[in-house]
Amino acid sequence: MRANEIRAGYGKLEVVHGISLEVAAGEMLAIVGPNGAGKSTLLKVLAGTLRPSSGSVEVMGRPLPSYQRRELARTIASVAQESAVAFSFTVLEVVLMGRAPHLGRFRFEATPDLDAAHTALEQMGLLALARRDLHELSGGERKRVFLARALAQEPRVLLLDEPTAFLDLKHIAEVFTLFRALRAERRAAIVVTLHDLNAAALYANRVLLLKDGEAVACGRPEEVFTIERLRKVYDIDVFVGRNPLTGSLMILPVGDVAPAHR
Amino acid sequence: MSSPAPDLRRTSTHQLAPSGDLTSARLTPARMISTLTVLAAIVAASVLVASAFGPVGISPLRAFSDSASPDRAILFGVRLPRVLMGVVVGAILASVGTALQALVRNPLAEGGILGISGGGALGAILALVFFARLGGSDLIVSLAAFVTALLSTVAVYRLAQVDGQLEPFTLLLVGVIFNAFWGAAIMVVNSVVNFYYAHSILFWLMGSLEAPTWREVVTVAALGVLGFTVLALGARDMNLLSLGDEAAGELGVDVSRLRRTIFLATSMMIGAAVSVSGIISFVGLIVPHVLRLAFGADHRLLLPASLLGGAAFMVLADLVARTVIAPAEVPVGAITALCGGPFFIYMLRREGRKPLSL
Repeated sequence: MRANEIRAGYGKLEVVHGISLEVAAGEMLAIVGPNGAGKSTLLKVLAGTLRPSSGSVEVMGRPLPSYQRRELARTIASVAQESAVAFSFTVLEVVLMGRAPHLGRFRFEATPDLDAAHTALEQMGLLALARRDLHELSGGERKRVFLARALAQEPRVLLLDEPTAFLDLKHIAEVFTLFRALRAERRAAIVVTLHDLNAAALYANRVLLLKDGEAVACGRPEEVFTIERLRKVYDIDVFVGRNPLTGSLMILPVGDVAPAHR
Repeated sequence: MSSPAPDLRRTSTHQLAPSGDLTSARLTPARMISTLTVLAAIVAASVLVASAFGPVGISPLRAFSDSASPDRAILFGVRLPRVLMGVVVGAILASVGTALQALVRNPLAEGGILGISGGGALGAILALVFFARLGGSDLIVSLAAFVTALLSTVAVYRLAQVDGQLEPFTLLLVGVIFNAFWGAAIMVVNSVVNFYYAHSILFWLMGSLEAPTWREVVTVAALGVLGFTVLALGARDMNLLSLGDEAAGELGVDVSRLRRTIFLATSMMIGAAVSVSGIISFVGLIVPHVLRLAFGADHRLLLPASLLGGAAFMVLADLVARTVIAPAEVPVGAITALCGGPFFIYMLRREGRKPLSL
């Protein structure tokens, strides 16, 4: 997936000012930055939900508008930060909704669809809950259902807005492990927005750091997450080091908020 | 889920080993057919029962054997058209209720509650007042009702948007206001114009299935079938719509086209129903809700089930309306409102405990 010079916003307010990015098959890109930096907006543009005021997005070499609706839905799957579902659908029904782009208007779900749903449920640890009403589940469980729905779509590109919100540590680790497998086996491209810089450093191939709708840096976590840069973006002093146990990058805030630099 | 590398190979079965298969958790063609068959049988039974009873006792045997008997005249000339009109109107009101609820993602939405029936009724009345002299007035009245019902629907929908999101309480509030407004407008017309043209003001405001002609039954049935077919085509999309406009779009639904389709089809259906039976509310609230509790929220089943359930409900409500204080009649809209009022309150309290839809 490739985005060129995206400018986008809501009404008169432009939130994203000229951002470009690229994600290859089998790669995970984490978009990070403070609140209001335009992460969610950028993700919506990538999904095709929000039309940019200028710039273009391409998936597998083709610009987004060239895709038919259902074709696009078979290629890209998105999971928003929060969702609510009207009416009491069961977990299985919601996950099966992810198969809709693969089915026509009249075809009922068949074995391949049930298999995809079953696999997705299994990967998200939801098999035991499959028969329950969505409303009966906790926030974290619901989130996993929506992730399972995206998985059932069997997309080439996964776009996830804060996928780890509401999830506890165990499920967060499971989700990222799952992503790793998805990238390896299905060569899916994954773009996530994250608050957690450490998770980004640990799991993402590349990181895109945003502030106020502009790209500050893009590249591997080690290259992007420097003390200077993080202080500029987050207005706070940080410690950047290596986790003694795993060797992965570790970013921790230090002391109080740094005095304003400008 | 502690294995280091999840196996992404397809598991070959959709059966959950420990606790049996998951067919109860989703809609299958088999379940759809069996449910609809049962409901159709209920409709047939209701029609039979309702045809047999009424303010005047008749003998079905004599009605069928003796072609000159008063029994036959009553059965085929008066009662059967009325019962069948009940079938058609009930089917329309309930399936429209289901579609509207899918559209606004709110189980409290309904043609009567949102003021759409009221708008349609005003259109029908105005058409009758101004165009009664024209022949073929049935269609013109239905057309006028369609136009005003459509305007009413779009207006309610637009006014319920707060910051680009559909606000459930605002929607219901606007519906209440619209109802008040349309009701007042109808009363004004009633006082200004001499109402010999069609029906009494009570007919319009509280609904009645009295004295329909066979032609009216056929016309409304045809429009109902047409509208319902359009809605049924969008049933799967309606499921996806409950995930939210954005999510539905990301799953391939053309949301604005679906919305337009629902607007047009439901307005046409309500317009047709209202022009022959006045304002009847709550059918589209009670029937879909009960069916949803019984059979699940999948609209591929819920829509046709509402069609059948609404038909049975209306037929039985009308049976009560014309027999409970025979020989006088209670307007059938009063019967549905007497059921619907407490039901609405019960639903409000239930919905209050669930997370509100976006």
